[in-house]
Amino acid sequence: MRPQDMAFPTYREHGVLYCRGIDPIMPLGLFRGVDQGGWDPIEMKFAMYTIVIGAQTLHATGYAMGIAMDGKVGTEDGEAVIAYFGDGASSQGDVNEAFVWSSVFHAPVVFFCQNNQYAISEPLERQTRVPLYQRAHGFGFPGVRVDGNDVLASYAVTRAALDQARVGQGPTLIEAYTYRMGAHTTSDDPTRYRIASEVEAWQAKDPILRVRRFLEQQGLADQSFFGEVDEQARVEAVKLRERVLELPDPAPVTMFDHVFPNGSPEIDEEREQFTAYLSSFAGEVH
Amino acid sequence: METVTIGKALNLGLRRALEDDPKVILMGEDIGRLGGVFRITDGLQKDFGDDRVIDTPLAESGIVGTAVGLCLRGYRPVLEIQFDGFVYPAYDQIVSQVAKMHYRSRGLPIVIRIPFGGGIGAVEHHSESPEAYFSHTAGLKVVVCANPNDAYWMIQQAIASDDPIIFFEPKRRYWEKGPVDTDAEPYPLHAARVARPGTDATVVAYGPMVRTALDAATAAAEEGRELEVIDLRSISPLDMAPVYESVRKTGRLVVVHEAPSNVGVGAEIAARVTEQCFYSLEAPVLRVCGFNVPYPAARVEEDFLPDLDRVLDAVDRSFGW
Repeated sequence: MRPQDMAFPTYREHGVLYCRGIDPIMPLGLFRGVDQGGWDPIEMKFAMYTIVIGAQTLHATGYAMGIAMDGKVGTEDGEAVIAYFGDGASSQGDVNEAFVWSSVFHAPVVFFCQNNQYAISEPLERQTRVPLYQRAHGFGFPGVRVDGNDVLASYAVTRAALDQARVGQGPTLIEAYTYRMGAHTTSDDPTRYRIASEVEAWQAKDPILRVRRFLEQQGLADQSFFGEVDEQARVEAVKLRERVLELPDPAPVTMFDHVFPNGSPEIDEEREQFTAYLSSFAGEVH
Repeated sequence: METVTIGKALNLGLRRALEDDPKVILMGEDIGRLGGVFRITDGLQKDFGDDRVIDTPLAESGIVGTAVGLCLRGYRPVLEIQFDGFVYPAYDQIVSQVAKMHYRSRGLPIVIRIPFGGGIGAVEHHSESPEAYFSHTAGLKVVVCANPNDAYWMIQQAIASDDPIIFFEPKRRYWEKGPVDTDAEPYPLHAARVARPGTDATVVAYGPMVRTALDAATAAAEEGRELEVIDLRSISPLDMAPVYESVRKTGRLVVVHEAPSNVGVGAEIAARVTEQCFYSLEAPVLRVCGFNVPYPAARVEEDFLPDLDRVLDAVDRSFGW
């Protein structure tokens, strides 16, 4: 991605968020339950996390239509958009509508489908009878499957697709074929729906291990480099955990803020009433 | 001052909004060459180009979802949902995305125009009144125009507002004519207005039912009863001050809307009036609404829709309490 490009993430795109320069405490505030996110998507060129599966693909398409309307396609400072989603999202109407719209408006958008083969417990066979990348053909733009556990291949394919969008070649669907190693959430139990040997086979394809072996074999990095990276990751993770635990709970009345850009007299009235109610407990321990 | 239909007033208002702000774009099904199925956007694509008056794929969720992205790009999309009953495929984008985006980060200046209500003899899904669904959702503002002057000004005010606004248009009144003052300072967008002063009972209505309420007031006056008719204009937020003031004067309130009564706008108004005007009320707040059935076949829709007689019947019942 170039600085002027825009990303529309799922709620798991923490890596992209980090690369866009957003403090990783911000999405963690969302999951900690102290706010709703709060970064400026326009300034950071990174849209808000979208919890409703696939809804962001339409937002990405609209933004890309705006790029074309602004004449920022095929120019020196051309812009492109990338929309992330998963294999489960590929069944959503919004994703299929985004394919239609981006195609007919020739919008500069790259659809990056991270196919990790499971939508919580449901395997890919419950979402599709054809390889996902092949769907693009029916909508009128190219689809490509890449080994999602190959860092360099994924980079090359993504870069090529964004470049094509930027110069006016329209949308591309990338299917990054990978595997979800862990559980969907802490309440999930993958042992109920998949076998250990499948997980083990994918462990051997760990993309981080693979890129590390590649760098070692090519003599591009040595043990001290990896040691530094590991240490840096450890320190940052410790710091981030501490910061998450220190996040203060918001004051209850802040729930009335930021409902409308122009505010609302009804909400002001509720805020006042609730503030008066809270203050009626002044001095009490509760 | 010129005399035009509500439909033409909307067209003129949209035209002026397109002239005033190059970031304003219109999107919808058949709004370009055809000018919309009700011709509200007639001639606008010809004059402003197909980049600004955009015929979209037949996908309502896509209309609203792409508008979210266009807002983030700095545009001010004005969307046409062809008929009230076609808004539901876009419901998720409206309720989950448009309404919540300011709470997450920054607001979206989207206007979603919906021709609504019955009385045009249409097949199902073309005569619904879904305003309560949107009024129930925090983060959306909901307004309804009822006459040409409001149509002309309110659509421009909605487009200029940074809030996401659902803009309901009384489709069966599109052809009704009235004066439009294109120079006068417009009335505030989210303010209710007394459409006809009176002293004996208050009738609150909005959109297509304002005409019905005014006709009822004319008939009541012939029988010696002066009804005060209030045009709500804004459903969310509700501007209740003129309603309270009126009820404190008359002691009687009848709320009229086409949407079914259950959990509707009338119920909300009744609750608020009961809270604020309890000792002024001479009778319970009464509602004259569509019945709590799916919108019926066209041959019986006039029995489903509130009309002059049902409004007067409610007024009689209020006085008979």
